[in-house]
Amino acid sequence: MTDISAPPRRPIGQTLLRWGLYAMLFLFAFYYLMPLFVMLTTSLKSLEEIRTGSLVALPREVTFDAWATAWSGACTGIQCEGLRPYFWNSMLMAVPAVALSALIGAMNGYVIAQWRFPGANLIFSLMLFGCFIPFQVVLLPMARTLGFLNIAGTIPGLIFVHVIYGIGFTTLFFRNYYVTIPQELVKAAKIDGAGFFRIFWSIFLPLSLPIIVVTVIWQFTQIWNDFLFGVSFSQAGTQPVTVALNNIVNSTTGVKEYNVDMAAAIIAALPTLLVYVVAGKYFIRGLTAGSVKG
Amino acid sequence: MQWLERHVPKLVLAPSFVAVLIFVYAFIGWTAWISFTRSRLMPNYEIVGTIQYERLAASPRWETAMTNLAIFGILFILVSMVLGLLLAIFLDQKIRTEGVLRTIYLYPMALSLIVTGTAWKWILNPGLGLESMVRGWGFETFAFDWLINPDKAIYTVVIAGVWQASGFVMALFLAGLRSVDAEIIKAAQVDGIPTHRIYSAIIIPSMAPIFLSAFIVLAHLAIKSFDLVVALTGGGPGYATDLPATYMYAMAFSRGDIGQAASSAMVMMGVVFAIVVPYLYSELRAKHD
Repeated sequence: MTDISAPPRRPIGQTLLRWGLYAMLFLFAFYYLMPLFVMLTTSLKSLEEIRTGSLVALPREVTFDAWATAWSGACTGIQCEGLRPYFWNSMLMAVPAVALSALIGAMNGYVIAQWRFPGANLIFSLMLFGCFIPFQVVLLPMARTLGFLNIAGTIPGLIFVHVIYGIGFTTLFFRNYYVTIPQELVKAAKIDGAGFFRIFWSIFLPLSLPIIVVTVIWQFTQIWNDFLFGVSFSQAGTQPVTVALNNIVNSTTGVKEYNVDMAAAIIAALPTLLVYVVAGKYFIRGLTAGSVKG
Repeated sequence: MQWLERHVPKLVLAPSFVAVLIFVYAFIGWTAWISFTRSRLMPNYEIVGTIQYERLAASPRWETAMTNLAIFGILFILVSMVLGLLLAIFLDQKIRTEGVLRTIYLYPMALSLIVTGTAWKWILNPGLGLESMVRGWGFETFAFDWLINPDKAIYTVVIAGVWQASGFVMALFLAGLRSVDAEIIKAAQVDGIPTHRIYSAIIIPSMAPIFLSAFIVLAHLAIKSFDLVVALTGGGPGYATDLPATYMYAMAFSRGDIGQAASSAMVMMGVVFAIVVPYLYSELRAKHD
């Protein structure tokens, strides 16, 4: 903690300074909240009210029609089923991809941190490197590979891609966590006759809850919010929610329904927002670990 | 059995290692190879030299994309850093509502860039958004048409990008401020050094590694920026807000010019590596010391 606030009895200038400070902080809070507020109010207005009213005005008459349309009636091109099928596509894609990549990352991290062998560090560096590449550089060969494996344009195909390119980060998270656990633990367990998997299962896994939470949140946010892989490797019917949202917003047929766009955007954002609100602490830990340590 | 027992760790790591070799390194190799061929709609493996890079250099659209990357990258990184640092210092003054404010500043980072782009597209919409709101307040001549103005549209990408990422920079800096040795600060206060001098002469210089981290993360985000442009401007008006990432995508999936897609992807990777490799190198070396 940096303790640099003023001494208890503040002169008048100090008090004014603090008022200014709070004013600035709340001004910025307003700046960050404004888009969410505008999205929410717009989604609750009728189109008529949007055309005549002000951007930041509260809705005179709250209507949930736009939400209903966004969920089950909005057009993403020729289909008009709303966001619902795509929302479930994203779930079907994100849940297995998160589970698989976390599991693989945990095993990898366990090996690299606790069962060192010559070359393990080199492998780790090679994996870490993979976290930093711009994915554009693997887009073309991956499209061909998915076709070759017969999973092009399918949800299993997207799961495959997300697992492959998630391994680097999940390994990093678990490795950095397990490296802080003393090596003596493994040595003692080995003397007692426990094997590789037994030690992982009964010693390391029970210790891992915090890092599992961090990893799951990080991976879920990444995969749910992904657009590049989704738009490159899906086809009509298997698109994730981010792609469908973009299609709804940019669909050129009929009247532009801003309230539906905003409701759809909030629906697409809800799962990750919920995760953030419920487990913000772990979310921040993942963000900083993923960026600082990398 | 003994043999198996001894090699289990290697066997566990092996599939990931092979996957990384193929899906990262071999794939990069494939893209690099294609970037030296005449490939158009289908890959053609005959190497002909740097023709694709010459086409890139001659393409006005690519020039726009690179110029935009420079404008967007510099402004995005600079504004996010300044704003993030400012907010972190403000929040470090024993603010009673710090927890709530921090949560508010950081939540955009949880959103998809498609959501962010959609929201700002609506707010910056000249007909019904901010512009008409300010006009409604009586400023009849107020104009804010950046979204549809080819010369200004790239700045709307900066606005939305900063909104999304600055809270994250704040969190990084706040953690950095909190990790500065409290004893040194106490000593400086006892000596009567004013607060702003303590920040500028003691605390901020000691946070150099955090500045570097923030810079790397933001630069990385900027170069990879794709979703935000797609959702906010669609690369338009025309291709005024094209970035290398959108150029690459257009060549790969709508123009059917995989030679151009491959070479532009390689340039993107070159830019990322020019920034990340020295950082990774120093990080890894520091760990071995």
